[in-house]
Amino acid sequence: MAGHNSPWGGGGSGSDENGGEDKPGEDTPGKEGGPRNPWLPSGETPPRRSASIEDIFRGRDRRKSGGGPRGPGGFPPLPRRPGGKSWLPMGIGLVVAVLLGLSMFHMVGPKEQGIVTMFGKYARLIDSGISMTLPWPIERVDIEDVRSFRVDMIPDNDSEKLMLTSDKNLVDLSYLVRWNIKNLKDYKFRLADPQETVREVAEAAMRASIAQISLNDAISGAGRAQVEQDVRERMQRILDYYKSGVAVQGVEIKKADPPAKTKAAFEQVTVAQQEAERDRSEARAWAQQQLASAQGNASQFDKVYEQYKLAPEVTKRRMYYETMEGVLRDNDTVVAEAKGVTPYLPLPEMKRRGEELPSTTVTAKGGQ
Amino acid sequence: MQDLWHNYKAVLIGLAVVVLGVMMSIIIVPEDQQAVVIQGGKPVRVYNAFDPKRDFGQTDAGVHWRIPGYERVERIDKRLLSVDMQSQQVLSTDQQRLNVDAYARYRIIDPVKMVQAAGTTERVTQQLEPILSSVVRQELGKRTFQSLLTAERGKAMANIRDLLDREAHEYGAQVVDVRIKRADLPEGALASAFTRMEAARQEEAKTITAKGQRDAQIIRAGAEAQAAKIYADAYGKDPAFYDFYRAMQSYRVAFVKDDTAKTFLLSPDNAYLKHFRAP
Repeated sequence: MAGHNSPWGGGGSGSDENGGEDKPGEDTPGKEGGPRNPWLPSGETPPRRSASIEDIFRGRDRRKSGGGPRGPGGFPPLPRRPGGKSWLPMGIGLVVAVLLGLSMFHMVGPKEQGIVTMFGKYARLIDSGISMTLPWPIERVDIEDVRSFRVDMIPDNDSEKLMLTSDKNLVDLSYLVRWNIKNLKDYKFRLADPQETVREVAEAAMRASIAQISLNDAISGAGRAQVEQDVRERMQRILDYYKSGVAVQGVEIKKADPPAKTKAAFEQVTVAQQEAERDRSEARAWAQQQLASAQGNASQFDKVYEQYKLAPEVTKRRMYYETMEGVLRDNDTVVAEAKGVTPYLPLPEMKRRGEELPSTTVTAKGGQ
Repeated sequence: MQDLWHNYKAVLIGLAVVVLGVMMSIIIVPEDQQAVVIQGGKPVRVYNAFDPKRDFGQTDAGVHWRIPGYERVERIDKRLLSVDMQSQQVLSTDQQRLNVDAYARYRIIDPVKMVQAAGTTERVTQQLEPILSSVVRQELGKRTFQSLLTAERGKAMANIRDLLDREAHEYGAQVVDVRIKRADLPEGALASAFTRMEAARQEEAKTITAKGQRDAQIIRAGAEAQAAKIYADAYGKDPAFYDFYRAMQSYRVAFVKDDTAKTFLLSPDNAYLKHFRAP
């Protein structure tokens, strides 16, 4: 509405500081050098000379007495009151009264709160809805959104923000802080720059927390929830200590990456992890195969053995003959084994035949 | 209107003078300011001085009076103010460099002293900044790099705050808090940190690969052992029959008719052919 600490309008704060110096002519009727009177017909004012009180009344006299010649840029004559007097003072009074009247009513939105000060001194808080105060120079109202969360993104652009971790590594971090006002009085009167304070406190708290965890915890997300919680509590503690009237609603780490320059090396680790996992699962698959086949073979043997035990001799013979049958039929050379018989080995022929069709030769050389 | 002016000229002018006089002698002190009234260079009264026990509304903010022309009013911020330290290099005891960015928060608790010593809050901030700088450098320089990063920070900060607070009292100020906003590696150390991180990652990658292979081998060996046990349990019931049974199976596979067959010359005394001769 007006200057910050001037309930009297322009120049109010100056009045304390310039001591006994004169006020600007605005407030001193009868003095030369005041502002130009806008109500004066311009044609009648000598150029570059501001209106004095006499001028104003002289002009008005002329208008009252039937209207003299008007300049080309002059105002149209104002309507008269019955007594022949001008409406002008009343009009001005009315406008001032309406403005003052309006300054008594305040609309406070559903998420807002207003703080009422009377001559600069805190008077009371007003809540949502329409409230009344004393008119403007006496009471002033500052309305502030207290319920909706303000979001601070740190850093506020996409640049890399490196922080040191406990193992002297660096992590590129970006996060956001959500907060609102929990105590409007404190928020308004305690801190010189509450918004910047929130950012600085967030920065200090985040760095302190990150400095306590290792790079892996910071990146993997394992420690992330813990860090967010820590930072929130730490911030709240500091801000309460400052009596800032700010409630930190949440801290959220949006990005925690290794620095861009070391990204390739970090990807190698990921690749290695995948390779190692692949090796392991291949081994597990192989192991399953081995076990399954062992179980299969064992139970096959068990089954056969059961039968064998019922008739050992017969079963054994049968198996022997069946096997030999197959083996000997599929192979074409049989070398008998007998004492006194010189084994003849048609090696060149066998070799030739071996190229055409496979053969297995079992040679018994027992007879020598 | 003209009559009014003519008849009450003296009254109107008198009224204007009174209004002007009142406006000049009134002081409006908002909640977030402290006002020191100075009488010809000597501070005589303080309005709305900082007092932690008095809540807003119970303070003496509001309307006060002064003698115009004779008394001057100096307004001083009552709120928490900040001193921002420019980033500067700190050398830890183990000869490592760190760029430190700190801030302090203070408030004026003795406005009279402050008006006499510094004049304005901007001047106080200007005076405190170099002190903060040197105190930070001095205090952090006593510590190792690692302790700068972690828990000991809290204690260092408290020391710095106390040192700065002592200095600030000269200006009627109270230092509430000092905090490190950032602690970064300087340019050169940054490059070597990156190299170190890369080397560490490569080492980790190799370790992970090797561990994967080791695990795979262990898994295979375990499976083999288990399979051996299964076989032993089954075949151990009758080793002689197993010998025969397995030989039969083996002959079928060994003497199969296929393209890869090779010619072997084996002695009939060969252990493998034991069951070839007789069941």
